[in-house]
Amino acid sequence: MSVETFTPREFHRQAHDALGNPQIRANFRKAMDGLMSKRSDVFSDWDLETLRELGANIRLRALARLPDLLEQLEANCQANGIRVHWAENGDEACRIVREICQSHDATSVIKGKSMVSEEMHLNAHLEKAGIEALESDLGEYLVQLNEQTPSHIIMPAIHLNTDEISEILHDKTGTERSRDVDYMTAAARSQLRERFMAADVGISGVNFAVAETGTLCLVENEGNGRMTTTVPPVHIAVTGIEKVVEHLRDVPPLYALLTRSATGQHVTTYFNMISGPRQPDEHDGPEEVHLVLVDSGRSAIYQDDELLDTLRCIRCGACMNHCPVYTRVGGHTYGTTYPGPIGSILMPHMMGLEETRDLPTASSLCGACGEVCPVKIPIPDLLVRLRRESVGEGRGNVPGAGIKRSMKEVAAWKGFQWLATHPRAWRGSTALAGKLEALLPTRLGPWTEYRSAPKPAKTSLHALVKRHQTRKPDGEERS
Amino acid sequence: MTPVKCYPAKPERVYFFGTCLIDLFYPEAGLDGIRLLEREGIEVVFPADQTCCGQPAYTSGYQDEARAVAAAQLALFPEPWPIVVPSGSCGGMMRTHYPQLFAGSDREDQANEVAGRVFELTEFLVHVCHLQLVDRGEPETVAMHTSCSARREMGLAETGPALLAKLGQVTLVEQARASECCGFGGTFAVRHPEVSAAMVEDKTQAIEATGAEHFVTSDCGCLMNIAGRFEHQKKAVTGEHIASYLWRRTS
Amino acid sequence: MSARDAILKRLRERADGPLSAPESDFSVVTNRGWSPAERLARFERWITSVHGEVIHTAQADWTQALAKVLADKGVRRLGLGREHPVAAEARAALADAEVELVDADRDIEGWQREQFDSLEAGLTSTRGAIAETGSLWLWPTPDEPRRLSLVPPIHIAVLDAETLEDTFFDVVEAHGWAGGMPTNALLISGPSKTADIEQTLAYGVHGPRELVVLVRHAEEVE
Repeated sequence: MSVETFTPREFHRQAHDALGNPQIRANFRKAMDGLMSKRSDVFSDWDLETLRELGANIRLRALARLPDLLEQLEANCQANGIRVHWAENGDEACRIVREICQSHDATSVIKGKSMVSEEMHLNAHLEKAGIEALESDLGEYLVQLNEQTPSHIIMPAIHLNTDEISEILHDKTGTERSRDVDYMTAAARSQLRERFMAADVGISGVNFAVAETGTLCLVENEGNGRMTTTVPPVHIAVTGIEKVVEHLRDVPPLYALLTRSATGQHVTTYFNMISGPRQPDEHDGPEEVHLVLVDSGRSAIYQDDELLDTLRCIRCGACMNHCPVYTRVGGHTYGTTYPGPIGSILMPHMMGLEETRDLPTASSLCGACGEVCPVKIPIPDLLVRLRRESVGEGRGNVPGAGIKRSMKEVAAWKGFQWLATHPRAWRGSTALAGKLEALLPTRLGPWTEYRSAPKPAKTSLHALVKRHQTRKPDGEERS
Repeated sequence: MTPVKCYPAKPERVYFFGTCLIDLFYPEAGLDGIRLLEREGIEVVFPADQTCCGQPAYTSGYQDEARAVAAAQLALFPEPWPIVVPSGSCGGMMRTHYPQLFAGSDREDQANEVAGRVFELTEFLVHVCHLQLVDRGEPETVAMHTSCSARREMGLAETGPALLAKLGQVTLVEQARASECCGFGGTFAVRHPEVSAAMVEDKTQAIEATGAEHFVTSDCGCLMNIAGRFEHQKKAVTGEHIASYLWRRTS
Repeated sequence: MSARDAILKRLRERADGPLSAPESDFSVVTNRGWSPAERLARFERWITSVHGEVIHTAQADWTQALAKVLADKGVRRLGLGREHPVAAEARAALADAEVELVDADRDIEGWQREQFDSLEAGLTSTRGAIAETGSLWLWPTPDEPRRLSLVPPIHIAVLDAETLEDTFFDVVEAHGWAGGMPTNALLISGPSKTADIEQTLAYGVHGPRELVVLVRHAEEVE
């Protein structure tokens, strides 16, 4: 397998490649079918709507008080002995993390799963500084061994099947080729345990940061998150500024929504709440804990009442699990850290609409994402909003706004507008379409490559109704 | 989620908004919808100046153009009668997005008022007309694809199947992944043709796998997409708008 | 301006104006009203569904149950604390057993390799458990440090049946967590697991492969 690079600019080509790859198609279909059915099972005995309402409400409340909560979080973390850093963007965050590592002469970093660190391209930054960053979440580890990026925010290696994983482990770590998942898991366990012991610094993400107590919550099944935050002498947590919640009691409902929405589990194996470094009387745990709060476009999203909803996200991945587009093309096709529907409404803010121009349209607006979102983000509406921004009919609040505005397209929609607001002309044209059917092209570009062209009817509904009503004895025609 | 709607008693008159796809490509489906309503003793008023709900422009990001088109439709329904739309997609546009489009404008009240009167055809037949049907057709197995707009935007996953269940000779079979999008999505099918094609291919396979030789849908966009795919592959499976199917089997 | 001040300034001077914060109604995550028997049944059903093992024992002779678990699993080196009654009673009961008792209340720097390589099980107390999700809650202490429930391949947790509560929310509220969190608080619901290889479940990927919960009952267990 070779190193592949993906970019949102190449969405169409990448989609074409993925659609033509039966292995990718089968892996995603199987995985998404499984995840959808597990989610629906685990929510079956819950008052899901009420819980989603509460989840949305908690996130909205946190966002409404965001600047105050961030300050409160900072103050409480500091009181607990956690050092807090702020970064405007990924580069700044990388620099902060690197400098902490360098201050400890660190050469080896072990990482728990963190999408924000992916967003920052932290591993590459650390490598350049001569610091090796090793992923410890099994999926992330496999993806890193394979020199890839995650294809899903919760299950990073979901694009790979057992045989492919066996081959990767064999190639890169010398294990036997085997389809035995327990064998492969045990091999990874022993490889990574050595690395946990040797690591100078552990880097993790954060699922919820609790302002009132200065607590960092991590959700996981494997235990690598606990290892990462417990074994090395230094722990650095990186997170987006929107991850803060106000109270500790806000956490249980969000946790319940997160695990159920993400993987259809009623709970994960571990819920790890960190409120400070090792105390003088303690015998283990990191001597230092750092929290890096990353903006990277989030405060810009925050300015706009409609776009704000994007920041409610708790990163469960349910929107991609249920997205018929994601299911067909897979995560890499999007070429962004966050793929699928949430990526399509988030990445334009981080990378600009020029780079991500094909993402807001890469949806049939079927609404499955919005329907399953545990915090009720109106994802389809936000996709439409970004389409508006792309063609220059939004508020101009997104980088690259107006990038897709073309005179040709504008003229076409103005033409549509004119016709649809001039009923007489409209009726004339629909009548004409039927009469001229034979002259119309039978190939309508991409449509007819896969489908027969629709045929305009000989008589429009307007004409049919007129005929129908004049035939009726008591039918009075209205116009 | 659409909040639970309170349905009115069966009215004497309704407006019928035919939608542009039906006007142009499937006028019989529109007429069959009108006939079903008339058979229930309802007078159907078809405003002759109706064109399109504006959704194609709206979902493409051309909000100003969509608003202009929508404004022209708002004026067509002066009387307080229900507005019946034989499409979840256009119905969803009018019910959900008209209020958004005109929020803060001087047409806000009118948009909200009109939106509150919009009913999708199968919804209206089930919940307002409490339609009873006498099936005159031969025994048949049929599949149904409920559009995503009807299912999710309007919360109407059940009304189409409920009507089919009233046809004594018809067996409704559910295809695998019935709630999954067929890949139409308006301009999506044109902007992302390959992805859309993969979706409709899966949808046609799922329908074919049920053994049904006929499928119905309540949205002509899906119909055009799914039936167009079957036809392109020269498959025997045919599709029809649910209004036509109901009328054909009961008249 | 520092990044901190710049970010906070942007958030405070929000273009679309200040936001109003809604109130929250938490009733959906509380007020289950389960009886002790229902609680226990739920706890057991959930934790065993994710490969946790539950063994019921009378309070009075729980150490015999522990000894049996150790013997059944062939554990020869058990890590444990010293001061907590669970550790103290276990130490007393196992003094003459074949099992080597390894002190966990030591600075990790002195025995990291030993902990990773030769500890076969860790014994911990628990503060309580959650019926709704089948979760134990632990607040590691100097006596029973964080890694005791993480590094050894088997984690044996001792739970008193009467400390079971309905929901996570109930635990957070009833015990006033917000008033004083320890450096590390944990919910543990089963042994370590992964589904990263083609959604096939495998246990013990980084943490324990096995989780045994000794549920102690104040009255005799039939």
